[in-house]
Amino acid sequence: MSGSAAKAMRGGDLTLLWGLVVLVAILSILPLARLVIEGIAPGGALSSGVVGSVLSDPTTWAAVRNSLVTTLGGTLLAVVIGSIVACFVALTDMRARNAFVFCFVLPLMIAPQVTALAWLQVTGPSSALLNMLGLAPPLGTRNPLYSAEGIILLLGIQYAPLVFLTLRAGLRALPKELIEAGLAAGAGKLTVLRTIILPLMTPPLVAGIALCFVSSLGNFGIPAFLGIPANYLVLPTLIYQRLAGLGPGILSEVAVLSTLIGAIAMAGIILQDVMLRRRDFRITTTSTAARPFELRGWRLPSEILLWGLVLLILVVPLAGLLATSLVPGYGVPLNAATATFENYEYVMFDHAGSKRAFANSFGLSAAAALVIVVVSVPLAYFLVWRRSRMLRLLNLAAELPYALPGVVLAIAAILIFLKPLPVFGISLYNTIWIIFFCYVARFLVLGLRPVASGYHQLDRTLEEAAQVAGAGLIRRLVTIILPLVAPAATAGALLVFLTAFNELTVSALLWSSGNETLGVVVFSFEQGGDSTYAAALAVLTVIVTLALMLSTLLFARKLPQGVLPWRD
Amino acid sequence: MARLTIDRVSKNFGNYRALDAVSLEVRDGEFLAVLGPSGCGKTTLLRQVAGFDQIDDGEIRIGDTVVSGTRQHVPPEHRRVGIVFQSYALWPHMSVFDNVAYGLKVAGVKDPERTRRVREALALVGLETFAERRPGLLSGGQRQRVALARCLVTEPSLVLLDEPLANLDVHLRAAMEDEFARFHERTATTMIYITHDQAEAMALADRIAVMDRGRLLQLATPSDLFRQPANETVARFIGEGMVLPAEVAAADSEGRCRGRIHGLELSLRASPLQKAGHAKVCLRARDLAIAGPGEPGLAAHIVRTVYQGGFFRLEASLVRAPDITVHLEVPEPFHHGPGDVVDIAVHDGWVLPAETESSSQ
Repeated sequence: MSGSAAKAMRGGDLTLLWGLVVLVAILSILPLARLVIEGIAPGGALSSGVVGSVLSDPTTWAAVRNSLVTTLGGTLLAVVIGSIVACFVALTDMRARNAFVFCFVLPLMIAPQVTALAWLQVTGPSSALLNMLGLAPPLGTRNPLYSAEGIILLLGIQYAPLVFLTLRAGLRALPKELIEAGLAAGAGKLTVLRTIILPLMTPPLVAGIALCFVSSLGNFGIPAFLGIPANYLVLPTLIYQRLAGLGPGILSEVAVLSTLIGAIAMAGIILQDVMLRRRDFRITTTSTAARPFELRGWRLPSEILLWGLVLLILVVPLAGLLATSLVPGYGVPLNAATATFENYEYVMFDHAGSKRAFANSFGLSAAAALVIVVVSVPLAYFLVWRRSRMLRLLNLAAELPYALPGVVLAIAAILIFLKPLPVFGISLYNTIWIIFFCYVARFLVLGLRPVASGYHQLDRTLEEAAQVAGAGLIRRLVTIILPLVAPAATAGALLVFLTAFNELTVSALLWSSGNETLGVVVFSFEQGGDSTYAAALAVLTVIVTLALMLSTLLFARKLPQGVLPWRD
Repeated sequence: MARLTIDRVSKNFGNYRALDAVSLEVRDGEFLAVLGPSGCGKTTLLRQVAGFDQIDDGEIRIGDTVVSGTRQHVPPEHRRVGIVFQSYALWPHMSVFDNVAYGLKVAGVKDPERTRRVREALALVGLETFAERRPGLLSGGQRQRVALARCLVTEPSLVLLDEPLANLDVHLRAAMEDEFARFHERTATTMIYITHDQAEAMALADRIAVMDRGRLLQLATPSDLFRQPANETVARFIGEGMVLPAEVAAADSEGRCRGRIHGLELSLRASPLQKAGHAKVCLRARDLAIAGPGEPGLAAHIVRTVYQGGFFRLEASLVRAPDITVHLEVPEPFHHGPGDVVDIAVHDGWVLPAETESSSQ
């Protein structure tokens, strides 16, 4: 069918399709190709000099080792937390599941730099929270989070929801007969869990691990806040420091470093593919989801434990952040006499940079979300309904900029846009447009996936009916398809907005004066020692994030299952 | 309204041959049913006529225009065909009125003509008062009618119906069958009706095309299909025909011939061209009866009797050929049961044309 369906396209359809192909190529293939070329032929001349000097530099390998240590440690922690929680949520009769899932997934939606900042407020000697409770360690003590262990802990907490989400999706698809057959054969519940459920969950678990690995590897916010003060550099922070210290002159060198981190990420993705190909995990029956295991007497203790986890990983750090944002100076204990809104006033009304950052982040995120939805609706149309080999490659290309660490894309964008664009003669470097380009490229797939699942739910004959009524492709897209995938497209737009709004990795490397994002301003407040301002700004971003997440619950019932990660 | 010509059309899905050199011609204003078991290629045929796929070989013409060929392909939106889908495919985000008006809007028909034509189409299916409703609030039969109105409002040259009654319950089916028949009478549109239900096809169609495994087996009027099936598959598929081996003499010009089935001499219908020799004969249940006193018949063991209200359905295997089972209806009272031997008289039968001939049908 595919071949002839592609052949059956003509005129306007083909123009639209090729337009999308070119766009995706510009967004994903062009930057990566440019990066690889810079590694091989720095500045345009073929040479192995830069590659050699970077690879023989001990700092490079120290950063690689640190990256691997924190990434693997963080992934391991995330897998332990995420899979235990997923088993409880998906398999047992625990109560208040929706509220719990919302709270547990929340750390994933909060910016990593905010998470890092929040945790720093809880543990250090200047912690407003600990000082309020009189538990702060003596002044001069080093904050224990400024270490590899600290980075591992926070990466684990940040990405545990990723493992949780993939595993829960897998558990949901598990037919209940498989479990019941095991129970009927005389196996106890734990035996069934160990011998039937967990082996069948290998694919989602491996996928979750891979996702977690790649995300941790590319994470900039956490090692930037916790590692740089301890001079513990991982690859993204090394790239940042090199670039910040010496400017664009050092581009070839950071291009090699970016290629290196990209290669490590690809290795992780390929390893996942190989592991899943070795065995057949296909589930052959289809059926309704399994009936939950009854926890009986264990229900209350389990629930207390799970909510205790939420308290520890969500409530405590956010309380710490809030406390810091309300004190006049870092280290001052919070009480009725010291509490103040001055920090909020300062970041919202006085500080020019943070005022601009609000406008920039809102504008960039909203524009990226809008553009991505406009691209995703026709793109998903071709990907889901006109399958062909070329379109599968196109889908892969769209995934790439998000699958690879953000620094890779950022460095590639600098290489592309440093010189003025051919034809137009204008340079995007040092403008807000280079950040915009990266947002659209990187987050395209976040908008595309919900829209694609919206298409999967749609009866194709609805489109065919419009087609025989004489409507061309564009008209069908606007009058029939768009209204029907609108809820999924809205969810996709919100995901893009939230992610872009909380983003730091890309903008930390690409921002210029006047074009700061909120992430950049929080980062520079913290680096400049203004933790109270950083905390106030971070609290504001958390409030915006939370409000937008809650607003989705208004139309969540119209969405395909699994589109909103924070909804059970 | 237009003639539809399907000329040796083939369609492959990978290695699977979904349509194998299918040829048929639908006359202007004709109601043609395409009948076959699921997977026979009937829906694929409809999708080729609508233009959703590109054919691999052959040609489809609407009127004198080639719409599908190996080198050209008119996309569905330019074919002016109407379709009623099995799922109805009503757009849930539009009112009944907007659903019906869509095709006119696309064609650039302006108000007040547009509203007038939508109202007319809705009146035709008896849904004038439902114009402002959402499709989700309608019953199955009403949705069916909206789909019909939507498809007819643009006055398509050809209407394709893909198992339109499959999703309705039994009572509604009979009513909708009547409605389709009346509808076709009034509009005289050329209609192609896909179905797996032979009673539906017989009741509605001017002619029926029987398909199996991607091939057209026979195209004939319902009566010819029943009385003169072209081959064994059609004979068995339509009306539960029984196919028995026979020896036949050459047919006369009236299409009658003498024949012998397992020693029973009888008169059969056949093509005037039928030659003497071995042949297969199609028998219908209504051609069989328990032989009267002194009447010749085929001796058979009763295998099963099923009471069906006023009569029994009787299944019996021939004494001389136990692997051949026949079935017939016997009126009450009937006092034999399984194991008993009865004589079965054969009053009529149709000599199936030799297979080589049937493939050219």
